[in-house]
Amino acid sequence: MLHTVNKSPFERGSLDSCLRLSKKGSAILLMEDGVYGAMSGTTVSDIVANAVKDNSVYVLGPDMKARGLAEGQLIDGIKVVDYAGFVDLVANNDGVTPWL
Amino acid sequence: MKFGILVNEGPFTHQASDSAYQFVKAAIEKGHEVPRVFFYYDGVYNANKLSAPQADDRNVVKRWSDLAIEKDVDLVVCVAAGLRRGIVEDNLMDGFRISGLGQLTEAAMGTDRLVMFGD
Amino acid sequence: MAEYNFETEGVKKTITFLNRKAPYGTIYALEVLESVLISAAFEQHANIVFVDDGVFQIKKGQDTADLEMKNFLPTYGIIEMEKEDADEDEDMDMNWRIIVEKESMEARGLTPDDFKVTVEVLSSAELADVLATSDAVIGG
Repeated sequence: MLHTVNKSPFERGSLDSCLRLSKKGSAILLMEDGVYGAMSGTTVSDIVANAVKDNSVYVLGPDMKARGLAEGQLIDGIKVVDYAGFVDLVANNDGVTPWL
Repeated sequence: MKFGILVNEGPFTHQASDSAYQFVKAAIEKGHEVPRVFFYYDGVYNANKLSAPQADDRNVVKRWSDLAIEKDVDLVVCVAAGLRRGIVEDNLMDGFRISGLGQLTEAAMGTDRLVMFGD
Repeated sequence: MAEYNFETEGVKKTITFLNRKAPYGTIYALEVLESVLISAAFEQHANIVFVDDGVFQIKKGQDTADLEMKNFLPTYGIIEMEKEDADEDEDMDMNWRIIVEKESMEARGLTPDDFKVTVEVLSSAELADVLATSDAVIGG
């Protein structure tokens, strides 16, 4: 299952709910304002780094760039994808659960 | 693969419509089919032909319309959500059609993946 | 452009309706409810799930008169009736589950007795298993 999170973890609990309700081994895509969850050095970085151990965590490159986030600022293990990569994630997982 | 798309928010106020559009474009470029995009909740505002954004920014409504016409994508506006918000035939952009909520269920049933974009 | 003709004869999917927002502050609760009712007409399996503030949607005792807004709590009763009819009808193959996440419920000081409808209370892990089986997720 691919889980998408599109809101900032500092604004809303969607990332928390996603991590609580996704099974280990899921794919998780941080997109739109959700990309802020991919940054190292924040109060949620440890939680996300933990999620990276059990899941495949991705961040949408165009959303990162729009918000001035550099790849060097990402939590280790998070992979950057573009929209073509997003499409592949949807195709290669058996469904999509959106966490708005 | 066939993708069904659900757009929950209107143009400009939220990024949902932009994200959906970019996803659909990428999916088609990769050779997938996008048989239907369903506009629900405030998503119906993406069909408002009266939208007139500034010239130096993207025209969200027109962009969907062009995609529908060029790539034969079925853009459906929920009739009930549309009525609530004043999106009716008179102000419906080319390329969109108004129909019932059953069209969303049908898209969920008849596609391989349903992808939802919202707030 | 033109209406796409889907081949849906004999298709039976499990649609999860993921309710995470409180009622009345936004319209998502009401409009998701309308989509649940429509899915009954197609006899699809459904998980009607209440998580986070979504648990407040089914809390008893809602009185919207002073807000002059439609009280749609009774509509959840219709959902429950649809489910019961489907459970009793041997000829109908439509499995509906009405599920509340235990953690969301308890965090908000609620118990199953607070709800208008009978619910299955699942732990986060149990609900994660259910969500993983969805063919499609609709929410707001």
